[in-house]
Parts: sequence; C-alpha cells; structure tokens
Amino acid sequence: MLDAAFFRHWLTSAAALVDREAQRLTELDSPIGDADHGSNLQRGFAAVVATLEKDAPATPGAVLTLAGRQLISTVGGASGPLYGTLLRRTGKALGDAPEVSEQEFADALRAGVDAVSALGGAAHGDKTMLDALVPAVDALSESFDAARAAADEGALATTPLQARKGRASYLGERSIGHQDPGATSSALLFDALAQTAEAGRG
Amino acid sequence: MGDDKLVGIVLVSHSGPVAESVAALATGLAGGGTTAPVAAAGGTEDGGLGTSSELIAAAAAKVDGGAGIAILTDLGSAVLTVKALIAEGDELPEGARLVDAPFVEGAVAAVVAASAGADIAAVEAAAVEAYSYRKV
Repeated sequence: MLDAAFFRHWLTSAAALVDREAQRLTELDSPIGDADHGSNLQRGFAAVVATLEKDAPATPGAVLTLAGRQLISTVGGASGPLYGTLLRRTGKALGDAPEVSEQEFADALRAGVDAVSALGGAAHGDKTMLDALVPAVDALSESFDAARAAADEGALATTPLQARKGRASYLGERSIGHQDPGATSSALLFDALAQTAEAGRG
Repeated sequence: MGDDKLVGIVLVSHSGPVAESVAALATGLAGGGTTAPVAAAGGTEDGGLGTSSELIAAAAAKVDGGAGIAILTDLGSAVLTVKALIAEGDELPEGARLVDAPFVEGAVAAVVAASAGADIAAVEAAAVEAYSYRKV
C-alpha cells in the first residue's frame, strides 16, 4: 500500500530530478519551444517541495492535489496547468483514503492523464507530454519499473514526430527531429516514481 | 439595482504590455459614457512573458460586479491556465467564463457589448462573433 509519505517522496524525488535535468529540458525546448521548460518546472517543483514541507498533507490525495495547485500557480508556462491538472485530478480520484493500493493509484493516474488530454486537446502521437504519460500509465499496472521504461521509450519516440499542439506546432515540419521537452519531463516523473518505489522496498 | 451591473472583462496575454494595450484600446473604442470594468492580466508577476494564475485571479476579483466575467486569452498557457482555474471551481468568482474569441477583436466586441449593458451570454456571443470578421 502507498501512503502520503510515499507520494511526498515521489514529488521530492521528481523535484530533484527536474532540478538536475533543468538545463537539458530547456535545451530541448530551445529549437521548438520558448526555451523555458526547465526553468519553469524547476520553479514549480521547488514550490511544491516547499509547500509539502510546510503543510504536510496527511493523505495521498491531499499531497497530490496540493502539489497540483502549486504547479498551476507557480510555473508560468503551459506545463503548469498541464502538470497541475495531472496531479490534482489524480489526487481527487484517490479521495481521502489514508493509503491506496498500486492499482488504485494506476487507475487514478489514468484519470489524471485523461484530464490532461482534455485540457490541452491533445492525444498520443501529437508530440506532447502525453506521448510519455499514456504508455507509462498503461504499463503502471505491471510495475513501476515498466512504467519508467515505457515513459522513456515514449519520450524518445517523439523525435521523428511533427508537433500538432502548442508553440512547436507553428514550426510544422521543422519540429521533426527534436525530442519533445514535455514528454521528456514526464519521463522524469516516472523515473522518480520508480526510484521512490525501489527505495521503499529496499 | 441589479440591472445596472455590467459584465466584467479580463484580458489574459503572455505579455503585460499587450494585455494593458488591448484593454486601453477596447475601452477607448467603447466610446463615452459608462464603460464596463476591464482588467488586464498579462505576463508573469515579475514582468516576464508567460501566464500568472495570481494575476488572473486578482483581475477577475477586480472586475467582478456579480453580472459575470468574460475572460479572453491569447494562446498556450494563457488558455490552459484559465481553463485549469475554472476547473478548480473556487479560484475565480462565480460566473467567470473563458470566451472563445480572437484576442484583440474579441476584446473590443466584448467591452462594447458589456458597456451597453449586455448580459454575459450576449457579451460572449459578441466576442465569438468577432471570429467571423474576415479581413480579405
């Protein structure tokens, strides 16, 4: 079973990974975006860690909804409402249970991914974060490790795609050949998730 | 009298100066007499390019007179942030809605309509209608 501490560790690990990879995310965002993905997410996740420390929410649902709200209000770019919606909707789907099973989390995360898709009007294959999120959540019922691998694979698979959403879509065919920064940061979330699960079991 | 309340307009752009200028343009074109309350929420809180949910919430609170609030946005994170705030339920005053309209033309249409006393549905219709204005 997964408790609030598990989810706090997940988001803290995610913040550390985003911090470490911020420059790379921004470099990926330079040719096809507005070169702020790394710094925007870095600011957002730092705020998430700070607010989780201060408020110490007691349930998995409360951890995720608070983190999501924080991302919406601090990121400043499109990734704020998108990641914010992902976490908030997942948290709401978990309700106020003190612990949730891995399957309950996988189901809730799918609701979160669906909400991201609805908010941005994007689907798998549009060269967005969904290209990592959708395969990852599909694999999550199997294991955290499988989800991490699927997210990585999904992020890599965005390189030959033409962007159909967001600023990159204005580039048309010139968006081809660049890995999507949003899918890359989404893969970091699943990397952090697998790390958190490994630490918990060890 | 509740009938005197005007719909408020919030203009959300990635740029502070763009939001301010469009607000000034729309208010100016609304003509003399009473104009509907208009607030700009452009850029980030530190003056950079982007979207601030805090500025949007503050702008919405400023123009809220109880008759509804039409929010117009430019693109990307402006659209997504407003949608996410509305989905939150308690971040914006009741009756706030995202209007699907071109930013400049829609803002002028919305402010003119609201200043004439149109209700929120009519303000939204006027702003949406701006999409049909072809230039060539």
